[in-house]
Amino acid sequence: MRDRTFSGPNTDIRSVAIPASRHATKADATSPLSGFDKFCRSVKLMMGTLTSRRSDNNRTLAQERVILSMTSAVPGTLAAFLCFFSLTVNVPGALAQEATGGQPAAAAKPEKKLTEIKIGYLRAYAPQLALSVLDVPPRDEGVAGGNVAIADNNTTGSFLGQKFSLDVTEVKPDADVVPAFQEMIARGDRYVVADVSVKQLLSIADLARDNGVLIFNAGATDDSLREEECRANIFHTIPTRSMLADGLAQYLIWKQWRRWVLIYGSHERDQLFAEALRRAATRFGGEIVGEKLFEDTGTARRTDSGVVQIQRQMPVFTQDLPEHDVLLVADESEVFGTYVPFRTWTPRPVAGTAGLTPSAWHPASEQWGGTQIQNRFAKANGRRMMSKDMAAWTAVRILGEAATRTQGADPRKMADFIRSDDFSIAAFKGQKLTFRKWNQQLRQPIFLGDGRSVVSTSPQEGFLHQVSELDTLGVDEPETKCVLK
Amino acid sequence: MHRRACALAILATGFMAGPASAYMAYVSNEKDNTMSVVDTTTMQVVKTVNVGQRPRGITISHDGKHIYLCASDDDSIEVIDTASLEIVDTLPSGPDPELFVLSPDGKTLYVANEDDNLVTVIDIEGKKVLAEIPVGVEPEGMGVSPDGKTMVNTSETTNMAHFIDTSTHEITDNVLVDARPRFVEFTPDGKQAWVSAEIGGTVSVIDNQTREVIRKITFEISGLRAESIQPVGVRITADGKKAYVALGPANRVAVINTQTYEVEKYVLVGQRVWQLAFTPDQKTIISTNGVSNDITFIDVATDEPVQSVTVGALPWGVVVSPN
Repeated sequence: MRDRTFSGPNTDIRSVAIPASRHATKADATSPLSGFDKFCRSVKLMMGTLTSRRSDNNRTLAQERVILSMTSAVPGTLAAFLCFFSLTVNVPGALAQEATGGQPAAAAKPEKKLTEIKIGYLRAYAPQLALSVLDVPPRDEGVAGGNVAIADNNTTGSFLGQKFSLDVTEVKPDADVVPAFQEMIARGDRYVVADVSVKQLLSIADLARDNGVLIFNAGATDDSLREEECRANIFHTIPTRSMLADGLAQYLIWKQWRRWVLIYGSHERDQLFAEALRRAATRFGGEIVGEKLFEDTGTARRTDSGVVQIQRQMPVFTQDLPEHDVLLVADESEVFGTYVPFRTWTPRPVAGTAGLTPSAWHPASEQWGGTQIQNRFAKANGRRMMSKDMAAWTAVRILGEAATRTQGADPRKMADFIRSDDFSIAAFKGQKLTFRKWNQQLRQPIFLGDGRSVVSTSPQEGFLHQVSELDTLGVDEPETKCVLK
Repeated sequence: MHRRACALAILATGFMAGPASAYMAYVSNEKDNTMSVVDTTTMQVVKTVNVGQRPRGITISHDGKHIYLCASDDDSIEVIDTASLEIVDTLPSGPDPELFVLSPDGKTLYVANEDDNLVTVIDIEGKKVLAEIPVGVEPEGMGVSPDGKTMVNTSETTNMAHFIDTSTHEITDNVLVDARPRFVEFTPDGKQAWVSAEIGGTVSVIDNQTREVIRKITFEISGLRAESIQPVGVRITADGKKAYVALGPANRVAVINTQTYEVEKYVLVGQRVWQLAFTPDQKTIISTNGVSNDITFIDVATDEPVQSVTVGALPWGVVVSPN
């Protein structure tokens, strides 16, 4: 079944030869580069694995071409790429000194080619309002993370003759994405990071499968995409609503705050998150003692005198709720959630989409090497890194890792690697992340934070699992409705 | 109170210190911006020194006169006089220095600059940067061969060990290892470089001639999740027979037979064990245990933990005076 899924043409591999003359000109023009050129020359590619695979007689033409492009690499042209890389770093004069011991093995190689790995980024975007101006999503949310990962992949790729690029296509949130996706296929994108709605994603799933395109969902948290509507060619790097709700619920239980009330919005996504919270309560021993719907009557999100009214309305709205430890909010639509904390009838902590919030990433996380990705991200984008940025970064890094480990760009080999037991990815979350084989959801810890800092990360201590404690978050294998096809 | 405790400790040391093996261990405490000075004979903290922000990598000059300390958030390397325990100088380090290694001749420091994908080569005497070498994403581990000819840097997101010729400052080989390589240690004969991979959970043994991974060491501790075994610091005995690997949140140090590559023992120390250092007589190895704010003395002959000593907040690195 899996093989069939990726039986599309492997046309994504472009072996681009860079004329040696271009490289020479560039190096001559700028003096430090001539030293760097030597650095480039001395880079010896890791060819061990690849060479051993050459005896494999089941190679496709495309695989043949990758091998060719990798083994016949000329240091000079790799250097041309590396020298581009050098423009972004400070290469001091010392580096330009004459090299004494050259690398005869590398120098003897004939022609060098770069393997290009093009990644498409399909995105549904329209400006969004939020209750707080601080919560308005950045224009490049997600894409910015993808770009940082491209830079990371290219640094690694500079040692292996691989060059990654990200090609962003934007559509409206309710638009038909098929034409845009067809264009992406025509451009040669064989890997697509998607931040679109469930409906949009499903509308291109079959087209993707028939063209051998792997999709990485970095936007939609819908459980249905990993359950009833799961697909063999779609991987998910963003956590599901049920994973987020479970991460939050575990913490509340750990705190022994077991009685909850739930206020949910009237839009579909609010109700889906409310449902995930109800499921989490049942799962971990919380009790939802009362529920209330907050109807969206279409009021403006921000008005000059809004604060005065809210201060009077919210206590009244929460007055008749039964006694509880925590008030849960499910308002993904940004209609009322931000208005709940500090305005309730009884003084109780708020959690859910407001107050203590579960997320795939926190802009203030500095644990587990997080400082490094945060600094890198902030330097490149002038803002903090958010959950969608991390989901896109992870998706692009997964492709980088697959290209590194398989020493090429064959989509089938890369997909096989990503599905294999050897695959794992490090994403600043304290442990290796892997895919759930039954629905291709990336296992990951869930951050719990307020607007300022990380309060905790789930899974919480004591929530045990026979396979991975990360599988205490979200829908587990015995419960799954997914049949990969 | 604190000062009195220190004074008492110093007094006590004066009386108790053994004549021959009174080494000092210097521990960088990442969280509270201090360095703890610990007498390895009495196993007591004798002084706490205020240093720059976020101290991590720490090493000492071969004559034992100067400590070099990476003050990561100050973007500098501090030079601390071991006699006065005062910061006497700073070296240019490039941004966010985390780990470094001193060349065998004691003249050069090779520094990993995490934020800029660079290894900075510093001439200690002249206090100047000799070279900046572009490497993979998030450079971290630094090792140098005993003959000083080869320096190895690991990059945590690129997942490679970069072998660098110290005479040309050029990368000669890139060896793929497992996820988040953290530390490099050469065997005393210079034939192998051992590279730990924190997230991969392995130690790769790389042949320094062929520059290929000849062995991958894995760890298994009953009752512990595989994900919590995260190898970081590595040290190999001077006779080359035993390797010690700090296993991070597994709270243990693995003892490996370097002939068979088998783990012979797991020594339970403190929480989140990070780095290791031998005393010069090789009788003791000291681990820094970040989360439990202590260091553990392990007897190298028996591989039994002898004592844990509370130091500052989040102890990160440790080095012991050579004399």
